[in-house]
Parts: sequence; structure tokens; C-alpha cells
Amino acid sequence: MIGLINIELYKIFRKWRTYIGFIAIAVLVSVIQVAMLVEGQRSINFMTHNLQQSFILVGNLLNGYLVSHLILNTLVIHIPFLITLVAGDLLAGEATSGTYRMLITRPVSRINIVTSKFLAGIIYTCMIIFFLAIFSLGLGLSIFGSGDLLVVQNGTLIVFSKNDVLWRFLLAYCFSSLGMGVVASLAFLFSSLVENAIGPIISTMAIIIIFIIISGINIEIFRAVKPYLFTNYMNGWRLFFDDPIDIKEIVKDSLILLGHIFLFFGSAALIFQKKDILS
Amino acid sequence: MKEEVLSDEKIIEVQNLSKQFKEIRAVDNLSLNVYKGDVFGFLGPNGAGKSTTIRMLLSLIKPSGGNIKLFGKSLKENRIEILKKIGAIVEKPDFYGYMTAYKNMEILGKISGSNISKKRIMEMLELVGLHKRYKSKVKTFSHGMKQRLGLAQALLHEPDLIILDEPTTGLDPQGMKEIRDLIIYLSKEKKKTIFLSSHILYEVELVANRMVIIDKGHAKVEGNVSDLLNSNKLKVTFEVDEIEKAKLLINDTSWMKMLNSIVGNKLIFLLEPGEISFLNKLFVENNILVSAVIPTRSLEEYFLSITETVSK
Repeated sequence: MIGLINIELYKIFRKWRTYIGFIAIAVLVSVIQVAMLVEGQRSINFMTHNLQQSFILVGNLLNGYLVSHLILNTLVIHIPFLITLVAGDLLAGEATSGTYRMLITRPVSRINIVTSKFLAGIIYTCMIIFFLAIFSLGLGLSIFGSGDLLVVQNGTLIVFSKNDVLWRFLLAYCFSSLGMGVVASLAFLFSSLVENAIGPIISTMAIIIIFIIISGINIEIFRAVKPYLFTNYMNGWRLFFDDPIDIKEIVKDSLILLGHIFLFFGSAALIFQKKDILS
Repeated sequence: MKEEVLSDEKIIEVQNLSKQFKEIRAVDNLSLNVYKGDVFGFLGPNGAGKSTTIRMLLSLIKPSGGNIKLFGKSLKENRIEILKKIGAIVEKPDFYGYMTAYKNMEILGKISGSNISKKRIMEMLELVGLHKRYKSKVKTFSHGMKQRLGLAQALLHEPDLIILDEPTTGLDPQGMKEIRDLIIYLSKEKKKTIFLSSHILYEVELVANRMVIIDKGHAKVEGNVSDLLNSNKLKVTFEVDEIEKAKLLINDTSWMKMLNSIVGNKLIFLLEPGEISFLNKLFVENNILVSAVIPTRSLEEYFLSITETVSK
């Protein structure tokens, strides 16, 4: 299995589209960091205007942690686009290029093929988030330096000591990987159904956009369906920036996301097992 | 054509194989046997069900009914073990275009679970004449080069059975000859069993010892190529200078029954091979100048007669 995963990773990283995600993240993170360098202090002053009338705020408020938190908040909605580019191509890409035939006539079980492809997709997803973490925190801390983190959580301003922040970021990025894993799994499921990668990419994005919109509209009928939308649980990383941390909620959200991953992958594996290869 | 291979060990055993795609019955109760050492021609017009059958033999698609045994074992229950002994080209060979020929071979070898050495890969590339292009990306290859690379990958893990689906499609005459020569080499020198699907009948006639003709999903005839060819008469065209005199000469003789048609100054007969010289002698002795004797009977004629009968 490890050999198969290595082969799948090799195939992924020999394609140009794989690097679009890394390049896009590098560009977006850099742009946000530069914008914060230029405009950040004014934004901080504006955000803390009311507080400054009652408290004296000292220290480096515009720091690498604050910028990284802001970036995570912003990009976590856009990263699914980058992940589907690769995940949607994992199976359908083989059909498009006609290499399915060559692959499936090898003495290897279909379940091993589909599992290795899926795991390679998950590894790619984690690498994207890891890259975001390293680039965002690394660049942020080197430009803005360290400092306490100010976070507004459910309308409450929480200040985390700079020594109490890094582990929260690490766990938040891990949780984000889980959320993005659901996106990758969904794209993978669609990829098992068709013979062209465009369909899975568009379908996955359409579903995510619809779910995010429904989650964001605060009306009764949508509130009722919200618990059933996986996008609703993808922002669970924010729970790591709460005080105290609601472990129960984090575990619940994680299990729901994991359940979706297993459901989507299981369906894809079942479809792939029964699929007639006609490409 | 090859001599018949004497072996009773069945390598491929297909019984009542069927495949239904919604309303279309692509393969219909097909049964065939391929014996060890055979170069087995799998003939049929386009859409006859050849590729569907091959895809079922390679477990790319699942049969709707029937049984497939390879090397004496059920394909359904022993898929991986069986595929280790098979090398195949299914329709046009497609590769990862963004990788080199060598890397494609290396990856396919690794997926097969075999410990394929660099030497072995280079040997196979040399066998198909691609060793000088092993560093080139496959996307730069012509169709013929991809076909040859397809053959190389099929042979990579030293399979006992080689399944070739239209291996010469899109090749120039030289390329076709090279593939034919390679098939003969693999059969005679390497003792491989070869299942060769084609609609190019001449190709099968040259290399196969046994064959089946399928049409509309089922087998029309199966047997030794030589037997099937000899069991049928040749269509022979006699081009003569005096057509009326020739017609008068054969009138009221047994030759008249063998006359198939008359086109201009050409008399077309259906004859046994041994009868041609007797008829020619008859014309010449009666001062009818025969400017050409053209036998056109071949597997192609036979194939057409089989498939035309079906369509009628």
C-alpha cells in the first residue's frame, strides 16, 4: 500500500495543477501580510477604539499571530477550491487520460488502488494546510514579530498570552485539515462517478458554496437544516481560540467531519469496485 | 501462418459469456477456448464485441453472465493471481504523458508488485525499439511509438499470456510488420500464448494458428486457421480475350456450376485450389488466351462470407 501511495503522490506532484494551490496560498498570504503592514495598525486602532477609552492597551497588538488568525479566517473558505483541483482529478483524471485500463489490468486489487489514491489526496490536502500554517505563521512572525493574540469570539474579546497561542494554532490547523479532508473526499466521490475531472471540481464547489450560503442565512428553515450541512462544522477550528475550550464540541465536530470522510470515501470505493471501465 | 500448437492445456476458457449494456447485448453467450502456445485470432467487424470480451477477460468490466477461467482458475475468484500472468494492450495504449517512457514502465512495474530491474525495463524498450527514447516524455511520442511502448509494458513482467487488442491500429505498414514479427517471435521463441484481437484479417491470417470469428456478440466459427481456410473455395478471376467463346466452351459442363459471375471479359469462378490449373488448361487448349488468373480467396473472403450471411 505504501508503494502505491508513493506512486500516487508522485503522479500528483508531476502535474502542474498541483502547484496552483501552493502558489495561490503563497500569493494570497503575502498580499494579506503586505496589506496588514500598510493598513494593519489603523485597523487595530479602529477595532480597539472603544476599549482604548476604558483600558490601556500595551504591547505589540499587530503581530504575526493576529495576522495568521485573520488569514486562517479568510482562506479557510477559499482553500476548498484549490483542493478540489487535485482531489477531483484523482480518479476521473485516469479515465480522461485512458490510463485506467493500464492501471486496473495490473495485479492489484481495486480497493488498494482506490484507497491509495484517496490517501494520497488526503496527504496532499494536509500538505496544503501545513504549507498555509508554515508560510502564514513564518512570514507573519518574521514581519510583525510575536505578541499577545486578540480574538473576538461570540462577541467577546479574548486576549491570549503569546506563550499560550502556538499550540492553539497547531490544533486549529489540524482541525482545518480534517475539514478540508471532507472537501477532498467529496471531490473524490464525484471523481469516481465520471470520466472528466471538470465535473467533480464544479460539483464539489457548487455544493460547498450552496452549503456555506445556507449556513450563513439566519432564517428559521435554514436553521433547521444547518446541523446536517458538513460545512457547518468546518469552522470548528475557531473553538481552539476560546476560553475555556469546549472539548466536547470539538470532539463532536471532529467526529461528524470524520464520519463524512468515511461516508464519502466508502461510497467512492463501492462505486469504483463495481465500475465497468469503458474509457 | 503458424503450425498448429499441440497442447490440450486451456489457458483461456470462456463459457456462455454475456454482457448487457442497457438495451445493447454486446456479448451474447460467447464460448471459446485458447490453448497453451496458441496464437489465437479473435476476429470480428467493428462493434462485434471483441473489446468488450477482452475487457471482461481482464476484469475491466463485469460479465452479465457466463464464466471465465484463465490458467484453469476462475477469474472472479483469482483475479490478482491471474493478472500476474497476463500482459495486455486494450485498444489504444495510453500512458502518463507527463512522464518519460522509462518512468511509465517503472511505475507500471511497481504497481504490478514485481521487482522489475532497470535492466529489464531497458531490455523491453530495446525489444520494441524505444531504448533511445527512454528519457523522452510520452506526450512527445507518435501513435506508433505509444503502441510499441504498450507492447513493452505488456511484456514487462514476463507474462505467460499476452492479450493484444488491435495492436496495429494506426500503424504504418512497416510498424504493422514489426508488430507481427514481434508476435511471431514471442510465440516461437518465448513460447507465449497470444490472444490477438483484430479486424485486420490479413494480420490474423499471417500469425494465428487458431481463431474465432465473432459477430453481434457471439461466435460464428472457431477452429484452426488452416482448416477454416481450406474448407472454403477460392474466388478465382479468369481474364480472357474471347469471352463469348469461353462461355460457350464451359456451357453444359461442370465448370458452369462453379461460375460465380461474369464482369466484362472476366469470368469469376468458385474453385478448389487444385481446379485452377485444369480450367486454365481447358481455356488454353481451346485457343482462348488467358491474360490473368487472380485468386482472391483469403480469410478476408471467408470472414465476409460469414458476417454477410449473418447480416442477411
